Amino acid sequence: MRLRIEQRQEPSAQMRIAAPVIATALTFLAGSVLFAALGYDPLATLHAFFVAPINSINGLSEWLLKASPLILIACGLAVGFRANIWNIGAEGQLIIGAIAACGVGLFYPNPESPLLIPLMFLAGAGAGMAWAAIPAFLRARMNTNEILVTLMLTYIATLLLSFLVHGPWRDPAGFNYPQTALLPAAAMFEPFDYSYRLNPSIFITAVAVVIMWLFTDRSFLGYKMSVSGAAPLAARYAGFRESSAVWTGLLAGGAAAGIAGMAEVAGPLGQLSPQISPGYGFAAIIVAFIGRLNAFGIVLGGLLMSLLFLGGETVQMTLGLPAALTRIFQGILLFFLLAADFFIYYRLRLPEHA
Amino acid sequence: MIPRLELRSITKSYPGTVANDAVSLSILPGEIHAVLGENGAGKSTLMKIIYGAAQADSGEIYCDGRRIEAHNPAISRSLGIEMVYQHFALFESVSVVENIALAVKGTFDLGRLATEIEALSARYGMPIDPHRRVHDLSVGERQRVEIVRCLLQSPKLLILDEPTSVLTPQAVVKLFGTLRQLASEGCSIVYISHKLDEVQELCDTATVLRNGKVTGTAKPKESTSLELARMMVGSQLPEMHVSPSAPSAKPLLEVRGLSAPARDKYGTELTDVSLEVHGGEIVGLAGVSGNGQAELIALLSGERTHPRAETILIGGRPSGHLSAGERRKLGMAFVPEERLGRGAVPPHALWENAVLTAHRAGLVRNALVDRRRAGDFARRVIERFKVKANGPQASAQSLSGGNLQKFIVGRELTLEPKILLVSQPTWGVDVGAAAFIRQTLVDLSRAGAAVLVVSEELDELFEICDRLLVISNGRVSPPLIRKQTNREEIGLLMTRVGHGETRRTEVALED
Ligand SMILES: Nc1ncnc2c1ncn2[C@@H]1O[C@H](COP(=O)(O)OP(=O)(O)OP(=O)(O)O)[C@@H](O)[C@H]1O
Ligand SMILES: [Mg+2]
Repeated sequence: MRLRIEQRQEPSAQMRIAAPVIATALTFLAGSVLFAALGYDPLATLHAFFVAPINSINGLSEWLLKASPLILIACGLAVGFRANIWNIGAEGQLIIGAIAACGVGLFYPNPESPLLIPLMFLAGAGAGMAWAAIPAFLRARMNTNEILVTLMLTYIATLLLSFLVHGPWRDPAGFNYPQTALLPAAAMFEPFDYSYRLNPSIFITAVAVVIMWLFTDRSFLGYKMSVSGAAPLAARYAGFRESSAVWTGLLAGGAAAGIAGMAEVAGPLGQLSPQISPGYGFAAIIVAFIGRLNAFGIVLGGLLMSLLFLGGETVQMTLGLPAALTRIFQGILLFFLLAADFFIYYRLRLPEHA
Repeated sequence: MIPRLELRSITKSYPGTVANDAVSLSILPGEIHAVLGENGAGKSTLMKIIYGAAQADSGEIYCDGRRIEAHNPAISRSLGIEMVYQHFALFESVSVVENIALAVKGTFDLGRLATEIEALSARYGMPIDPHRRVHDLSVGERQRVEIVRCLLQSPKLLILDEPTSVLTPQAVVKLFGTLRQLASEGCSIVYISHKLDEVQELCDTATVLRNGKVTGTAKPKESTSLELARMMVGSQLPEMHVSPSAPSAKPLLEVRGLSAPARDKYGTELTDVSLEVHGGEIVGLAGVSGNGQAELIALLSGERTHPRAETILIGGRPSGHLSAGERRKLGMAFVPEERLGRGAVPPHALWENAVLTAHRAGLVRNALVDRRRAGDFARRVIERFKVKANGPQASAQSLSGGNLQKFIVGRELTLEPKILLVSQPTWGVDVGAAAFIRQTLVDLSRAGAAVLVVSEELDELFEICDRLLVISNGRVSPPLIRKQTNREEIGLLMTRVGHGETRRTEVALED
């Protein structure tokens, strides 16, 4: 018996809903087999992965705290992805945004000014956009490949950060640790409650989600971008400039990542050190795709990704699972999620036999 | 005799339409059978089912008396069934010979295949250069590739879905000769066309579809085209009224000494092209496709710009450097020859495709797309041009070829342009709708617009144009008054410099 793959006449609405459910079920199944084979109790492990991390107020706070930058960046990136503009250097844009925001916070003449947070916000967004403007300019003018340029600029950003915290910006009173001085209180978001780390920067993310929805679903610019993505010749036919799609796509991602960087230094971090992001900029790419480049989907994708981060830590700490195993499990889930999408557009058919 | 192909009660529905409703027909070996019907009648769907590219909901297919189970294109090819799709199925990023090699059984000897293609295509009067990339071919050239690909396989059953829509009359004559030859050797042919004179000339029998149902059969050679048309449309054909033109004093579109290098090494270089289109007249540009039409139209529409602004004047204003969007602002509209992917975004709904060029007509407000107005606009186009579609929400790719063409032409005409460029305005459109589109073009011009029509169909050009230009090998002839010229003169001009074709072949052989 041979199965055949067949394109559906139109995307299946039921599958759109069922796909994530099927993927989750398959993940639990495959994960259980994996854990059991290695001698861990599957139920306890799954519990530690998905329930334990968010079983407390602190857990919930951490969950949202980590989801927020993922969602924010994914929203920005998705604007470009919809037009086939592949910005994979959000990590670098986040770092540059964090550097610029921290610079303002540290060196602004009046450390008590209420203007500090807004200025840092602008600095973060502006720096992220400036960093993304480099690949935009090169692509629009010289048709260079933005995938390469954005990625390579990430390494430059990482090294620049390292240079600053090891050199000119190192805290003189910091026992030679490679880090800057702590930001003044006026340059930090005040947490909702000092026992937890969650702070009002999540409202920025919430606003970004709404803007992203408006932009992609309702705005003319967003429409033009979707035409560029789906049919470049039609975009040219209609007279939509390719360069405007390139600029918009890259700047949106840069701004979002820069703001996320600002929210990190002005939130949980409070200072710069050589390692300021656990890879938010890269994980956000996956979040954007899990969310099908759609605002609402991205929120769910960000929450899931953040839970996977937390769950991975929890199982390592409480059950002693090796880090590699948690990574494998995370990979399995993402694989099933993205693979299940296939069935929205295709189906398997048994050839009818005589 | 056992029929080569027999269909029994084939039914196929799509959301909102029954494309084929209990269709039965049978075709003998050596028979040339026409399938006729209006746009959206279900012809292409039926052909895809025969070929296995789409699955029927119910019904049976027999080939040489044996039932075909579990159907797909690979099985078809192994049975000797070949098909030329209405919307070509070629891989754009590879060359012609590579495309054909993918479909040919056995050999992957590209060198030999290329020689074979060259010889065969020259013999059939459809010269193609096997080493060009499909991406760079015009639709006319792509159609030749598709046909040659099928002919190479010496098929037993050949399905041709509007194969002549963008072929020149000369190529059609040769193609018919070839098809008759094939039929005399026992090959059965299913032939779809909206050109009834072709059907009468070529086909032995015909099945007429309307709304997915078989409504009758005919012997085209014994019927008049009026009878056939009536069977298809079920009502009277509209009559054309072409009132005399009153051209404006100054041209609305003027090209002065335009020269431009080819898009790529296989494109055609434009040399010193000059032409004028006045308000109130329709100018036709005749020519064998691949002679520089694509380059000229891209430069006129603004998809490609020219460094010297004064070579193209729109309403007297130097515009060579303006982008397509800026030219549209000056009142230009444009119907391209590729409808899927250029004139329309295939996965987008019709209302979204309305926004593509009609966004200036109030469909965008405060930088937001006004969905209600876009829907209304699309609905108006659908109604006025009788587009058969499942409402403004239907995706462009779900429309039948002729219906999408009607939508795109309708959208551009509804914008009431001052200057309209049209490539192949009635490509794949049924007789009734073609007459309507032509009439609308005439009315638009008589209301003062300048209309430039690019077509390979001389009959169409002669029916509606006031003046004719001939393009060949990147040069445009001086204008000919339609009433003072005839098909022979134009045909001669088109082919005289027809060495454009051979020149390019030589270039290809050199490198
Ligand atoms: N993929 C699809 N999804 C939805 N509807 C479809 C799809 N393909 C075809 N249809 C519908 O089926 C009907 C028949 O379409 P078909 O392409 O067979 O028409 P046709 O006779 O070939 O017309 P034309 O002369 O314009 O090529 C049309 O109403 C069309 O909208
Ligand atoms: Mg068709």
